[in-house]
Amino acid sequence: MPDRSAVITGLGVASAAGTGIEEFWATLEAGSKRLTTNAAFDPAGFPCRAAGQIENLSARKIVPKSYRKATKVMARDIEVAVVAADLAFKDASIQTKADGEMSIEAGRLGCNIGAGLICCELDELGQAAKTSVTDGKFDMRIWGESGMNNLTPLWLLKYLPNMLSCHVTIIHGAEGPSNCITCGATSGILSVAEAARWIARDAADAAVAGGAEAKLTPLGVLRQSLLGRLCTDSNDNPESACRPFDATHSGTVMGEGGGLLIVEDSRRAKDRGARVYAEIAGFGAACDPNGINVTEPNCGSLDIAVRKAIADAGVSVDDIDLIVAQGTGVAGEDRCEAAAWEKVFADRTPDIPAMAITGTTGTMFAGQSGVTMVAGALAVERQTAPPTANFTSPDEGCRLSLSGEARKCEIDYAVVGAFSVGGQSAACVLKRCEE
Amino acid sequence: MSAKRVVITGMGTVNPLGHSVDATWEALLTGKSGVSKTEIFDAATYPTTFSAQVRDFDLSDHVDDAEKHRHAGRHCTFAIAAAVQAWKQSGLGQHDKLDLERLGIYLGSGEGSLDFDNFISLIVDAWNEDDTLNAPEWGRLGFERMDMYREIEQESHMVVAHLAAEFGARGPAFNVLTACAASTQALGEAVCMIRRGEADAIISGGAHSMIHPLGVMGFNRLTALSVRNDDFETASRPFDATRDGFVLGEGASILVLEDYDKVVERGAKEHILAEVLGYGSSADAFRITDQDPLGDGAAASMRAALIDAEMKPEQIDYISAHGTGTKQNDQVETLAMKQVFGDNAAVPISSAKSMLGHLIAAAGATELITCIKAMQDQILPPTAHLNAPDPDCDLDYIPNEPRKAPVHTCMSNSMGFGGQNNTLIITAGKS
Repeated sequence: MPDRSAVITGLGVASAAGTGIEEFWATLEAGSKRLTTNAAFDPAGFPCRAAGQIENLSARKIVPKSYRKATKVMARDIEVAVVAADLAFKDASIQTKADGEMSIEAGRLGCNIGAGLICCELDELGQAAKTSVTDGKFDMRIWGESGMNNLTPLWLLKYLPNMLSCHVTIIHGAEGPSNCITCGATSGILSVAEAARWIARDAADAAVAGGAEAKLTPLGVLRQSLLGRLCTDSNDNPESACRPFDATHSGTVMGEGGGLLIVEDSRRAKDRGARVYAEIAGFGAACDPNGINVTEPNCGSLDIAVRKAIADAGVSVDDIDLIVAQGTGVAGEDRCEAAAWEKVFADRTPDIPAMAITGTTGTMFAGQSGVTMVAGALAVERQTAPPTANFTSPDEGCRLSLSGEARKCEIDYAVVGAFSVGGQSAACVLKRCEE
Repeated sequence: MSAKRVVITGMGTVNPLGHSVDATWEALLTGKSGVSKTEIFDAATYPTTFSAQVRDFDLSDHVDDAEKHRHAGRHCTFAIAAAVQAWKQSGLGQHDKLDLERLGIYLGSGEGSLDFDNFISLIVDAWNEDDTLNAPEWGRLGFERMDMYREIEQESHMVVAHLAAEFGARGPAFNVLTACAASTQALGEAVCMIRRGEADAIISGGAHSMIHPLGVMGFNRLTALSVRNDDFETASRPFDATRDGFVLGEGASILVLEDYDKVVERGAKEHILAEVLGYGSSADAFRITDQDPLGDGAAASMRAALIDAEMKPEQIDYISAHGTGTKQNDQVETLAMKQVFGDNAAVPISSAKSMLGHLIAAAGATELITCIKAMQDQILPPTAHLNAPDPDCDLDYIPNEPRKAPVHTCMSNSMGFGGQNNTLIITAGKS
C-alpha cells in the first residue's frame, strides 16, 4: 500500500516576531527588529541582557472557561504551546473539543509537541525555601518536614515537558498518538516529521505538531551564559544582538517561541477543501558522535540530515529553491552550519535563496524548528523568501545566499534544517501545493 | 511490499536489582526488593524516606573509556553501561559493514538531576529582605558557582549524545520524555523508523533518576508515593488492596533494534532475542491530574498495538502491566485490560515495579526486557507483595511466586503521567 501523504493545513505561532501568522509574517517580511532588553527578570547580573520575548502571552484568555483553573499550573512553556495550538487549529478550520463539537474523530487526532528542560520559577521556590533556613543556610531537614509544603501540591506538573502535549490533548480532545520529543532545537522538525509518519502509516488522520520553549528564566539564561553561547557585546542595542551568518556575529540571543503545525492526511484535506500551505515531502535526521563536546561548535551532521531529507522527498539537490537555515548567530555554529549546507549544495549554494529568522526571534531551543517550520511553510505558500534581520555582510566562508531584503521567488521545494547543542540534526523538505 | 520486520538483538540494564539483565532476572524470580532507605540525599524528614536506588555502580566497570563520559549525569552513566551491554550482545561491534549513518538512537531519557545544594543555596543567598529574588545577584553568584557541564548535561537529549559518542552513530537521533511511558514510546517509534527503512539499527530504551530533593518532593506533594516508611521493602504493592502509592526508582535499560533482513545479511540470526510485532500510542485527553477513570485511553493504546501486530487478544500469553501501585492506576489499568481482554480475562499479568520500583522514563524498556527473559525461560515473573485482594483488581496478577507457563507473545504497557499511553507486543519467534 502506498504511503498516505501528509500536508500542512494550519499554522500557529507565538514568538518575538508576533503571535499568529499574519503578525509573524509581516514582521519577518519587513525585516523588523524585535529583540529587546530582557524584561522577564532583571538581567543586570548576566552577561547577555538581550532577549526575544512574546508580548501579551496568555493561555487563560484563550482556553475554554472550564479550563481556566488549569492555566495556574502551566509553566510559560506550556502557555506558549497552548496558545500556538489554539491558533493552529483555528487556522486549519478544524473544530476541536474546545469548540464543543469536533470535526475530526478524537482517536484519529494526534499530538506531538517538542519541549525542553523547563526551569522552575525561582521566586516560587524561594518563598518556600526561605522557611527552611538555619543560620543563613538551607536546612534539608526543615525543608522535608515542613518547608516543601509551602509549594502547591501540583508543583511538579507545571514543569514536566510532556505537559505541553497533555494540556493540548485535553483542551482539544486529541486522543490519538501522543508524543513529546525533547531533543533541543531539532525537536520541532522531529515532531512534525514523526506526526507525518503517523499519518503515512494510518495511525492518525491529523495531528498538531511542532515545538515550544521559554527558557528566559534566570537558570535558563545562566546555563547558556556558562556555555558561552550568548551575545555580550550588544546590551545597549539588543535589537541587533543576534546576527546570524553576518561577519559581525558574536553569539546568540535567547528567545521564547512556539510553532505548531496541523499536519493532515492529504486526501482528507482535499475532501474538506482545506487550504494547504505545503506538503511534507521528505525528512532526514542525523547526529554527530562529537556532540558531547559541548564547548566545540557542532551542527550534528546537518549535511547528512539534509541529504536524507532530499532523497526521502524523491528529488535532487537541484530541485531545492529555498534554504531555511537555523543561524544561531554563534560564530562557530554559523560556520559549521554554513559548511554543512555547502557540503550538500556545493556550487549551487550561492544561487539558492536562504533565510534565518533568529535575527528577529532569537534562538528558541525546542521551539526553534517548530517556528522555522511555520516560517518555511509560509515562505512556500507566499513564494517569498523573507529577509534575515541583522544580516548585512556575510561571514568569511559563508556562501549562503542571505539577504537583508525580502525576495519574491519561485519556490517548489524548500528545505528546513535544525541542529541541537549536543550534536543532533534534522531536516524537512516542504513541497509547494498548487491552488 | 510489506513493511520490514524488526528484531531485538541486544539488551542491557542498570537498575535497583542489578547491573545486568541476568542479575535483574534472578532477583525478579526470587521476589527480591530493590527498595532501601534513600541515601542519595538526606530524605530523613520527607514524607517518603525510601526509594529504589542503583547501588555500588561504577561506570568504569562497564566501559573502556569512562573518561570520555566524565561529565555525564547519574542517569546517563546508567544508560551508557546498559547500552554497552546491549551492544556487545548484538554483535554489531564486530560487523565491519555497519553503516554509521544508518545507526540511529531513539531514547526516552529523563532530565538530569539538578545540582540541588548549589541551586538552592544560590536562591537563599540572593534572596531580598522584601521576599523577592535578587536576580542580578543570583546571576553573579551563579556564574561563579555553577558548573557548566553539570547544567548542560541536564538536557535530556545529552544521553543521546553520549551514546552517539560511545558507538560512533551518525543516524537519526531522538529523545522523548512522555513521563512514565517514555522508553516504551521510544522503542515503538524506533521500530516504526526501521520498518520504513530509515535506519538499519537503532539503540533504544530509556534512562532516568528522579531520586533527588525536588523529584521526591514533587511526587510527595502530589501524594503519589508510598509513605510506608516502617515497611519500605514491601512498600511497592501493585494490585494489592493495601497499596498506597508507587516507590520511586532509577536506572536505565537499552535495547538494540534491527532490521531483520540486515541481521540475516550479516549472518547474526543467533543474536535475535525477540521480534517486535506491534506498537500503539494514545492519549487519555482527560485531566492532567487523573487518568481516564474508565481506562479508555489505555485500552485504545492496547487495541492499536494489537491491530498493528495483526493479532487477537487471545494470542497474548502475558502482560507486563504498568502496575505502579497507586490506588488509581491499578484500578484503571485493570478496567482497561478488561475492555480489551474481556471481564474474565485469563491472561496472566504482573508488575515488575513491585520489586524494581518505578523507573519513570526507564520503566517501560526495563519491563520489556523482563518479557524477553520470560519468553527465553518460559517462566513468568511475579507481582511481589500481593497478599490482600482488591475487589477492583480481580485479574490474574501472578502473586508472589514466579510461574512456569508457555510464553511466546507478550504485551508491555506504559502509561505516562498526564495521560500518554503506549503499548508494545513482542514475540520470541526466531523463524
